[in-house]
Amino acid sequence: MSAKDLSLTFTTNDGPVHALSQVDLEIGRGEFVSFIGPSGCGKTTFLRVIADLEQPTGGTITVNGMTPEQARLKRAYGYVFQAAALYPWRTIEKNVALPLEIMGFDKKEQSERVERTLALVNLTGFEQKYPWQLSGGMQQRASIARALSFDADLLLMDEPFGALDEIVRDHLNEQLLHLWESTNKTICFVTHSIPEAVYLSTKIVVMSPRPGRVTDVIDSTLPKERPLDIRESKEFLDIAQRVRDGLRAGHAYEV
Amino acid sequence: MSAGTSKFGNAFLPVTSILLVLLLLWYVFAYVMNAPFQRELDQRAGENPSFSELVIKTWSQPKPTMPAPHQVAQRLWKTVFGVKPWSKRSLVYHSGVTLSSTLLGFLMGTGLGLIIAIGIVYIPVLEKSFLPWIIASQTIPILAIAPMIIVVLASINITGILPKALISTYLSFFPVAVGMVKGLRSPEAMHLDLMRTYSASNAQIFWKLRIPASVPFFFTSIKVAIAASLVGAIVGELPTGAVAGIGSRLLAGSYYSQTIDIWAALIAGSILAMLLIAAVSMAQSFTARMMGAQP
Repeated sequence: MSAKDLSLTFTTNDGPVHALSQVDLEIGRGEFVSFIGPSGCGKTTFLRVIADLEQPTGGTITVNGMTPEQARLKRAYGYVFQAAALYPWRTIEKNVALPLEIMGFDKKEQSERVERTLALVNLTGFEQKYPWQLSGGMQQRASIARALSFDADLLLMDEPFGALDEIVRDHLNEQLLHLWESTNKTICFVTHSIPEAVYLSTKIVVMSPRPGRVTDVIDSTLPKERPLDIRESKEFLDIAQRVRDGLRAGHAYEV
Repeated sequence: MSAGTSKFGNAFLPVTSILLVLLLLWYVFAYVMNAPFQRELDQRAGENPSFSELVIKTWSQPKPTMPAPHQVAQRLWKTVFGVKPWSKRSLVYHSGVTLSSTLLGFLMGTGLGLIIAIGIVYIPVLEKSFLPWIIASQTIPILAIAPMIIVVLASINITGILPKALISTYLSFFPVAVGMVKGLRSPEAMHLDLMRTYSASNAQIFWKLRIPASVPFFFTSIKVAIAASLVGAIVGELPTGAVAGIGSRLLAGSYYSQTIDIWAALIAGSILAMLLIAAVSMAQSFTARMMGAQP
């Protein structure tokens, strides 16, 4: 994926808001990229531009060599929202099958894929439950399964664990890394947690607000195999420090 | 004790107390309203009854201003269980007549309401151009428009159940249209974005998201609509001098000052309304269970 001079301006009653300004970024296949920055820095907007949920007002962006709209029409990505956004009238199984129904997979393949992706997120046995019967972490896992079920190469995740407590979040981060290793997908991950970004990513994009722009792009030197206690290592803390510096350079800490 | 019976048990005492108070008040009013006429009668007959005799007489007049509860109950019992259900004197027969046009009108009204709601949700210009007319249609008193509908339709040889059902339709499409516009627009932005990321077609978004999301709104709307349909059907029976139906019983009762008949028909209509709303409520909780609602 590649973005050149990308910008997006919202027109509001209080005048134009520059959500994104002159963003240049290259993301390779199989990378795990985190977007980090304070609220209003345009990280979610950037993800929504990739997903063709927002239209850029300037510059160009290509996803797998296509425009975002072509990529969306080809169902090239799965999107995980801040909330699980499961349909309450569907069981977990039916929620995961929703994209498959829409994309016209046959019944047999649907149930195979549902079974496989639910196993991938450790939700086997919860097929017949309704969303309200599951905890927040399990709901978010179900929504990840839903995004994985149709095997898009690209996974876009917008603060998927933002609403969960730290213990659940650690656990899901570990699971997500395993998932990424075993499926070889490209993942774009929006977060405002520095440890989460450093722990998960091969590339960290530091953004700053007003106007939303990229202040630093850090390639992680951490190995691919990452136990949770890698977060105590010197290398990890160095990268976290560089992220913090990048945020400071973008005036993220000024109120 | 299960949750169901304890809920009933908790409600039993308060509900019966209120009912007893209402019955008591009814008897008091029956005495107050009927006493002047009874005193006149007694005076003419040269009788001088004691107070308790007077009270009992006010509660057993053949054509009272205000019938006592037991008189209405007896008449209701006699005209429901005391005669054959298909006889012209049976309230079951008349309720059936009203019920059939209520249901026909309700079905047509719900259908019309749904079509209007879908139109407004998918064709934005209709909201500005068409919705004001729909609201205006409900400000016209139904009593003014009902005779016109009946007379106009009769002049082109449409009589019987359809004109009455059309008045029910006129009253019942409105709550469905308004409720379903809201219901079809109720999906959250995130749920709609999700459909967009799958590049779902409009039809898929409609059937897999908008329709299921609107179900709670639908049942709330049709609960109002079915009660309105019954009112429409009864009102539709009044101006036609209809020979059958609860409306015709009300009309006949008032022609011949059969107050007890009027009250019995009134109560039969109320029971019919309660049964209809109970049926909708049952369908609602059944559907909610099928859709995995949190109990």
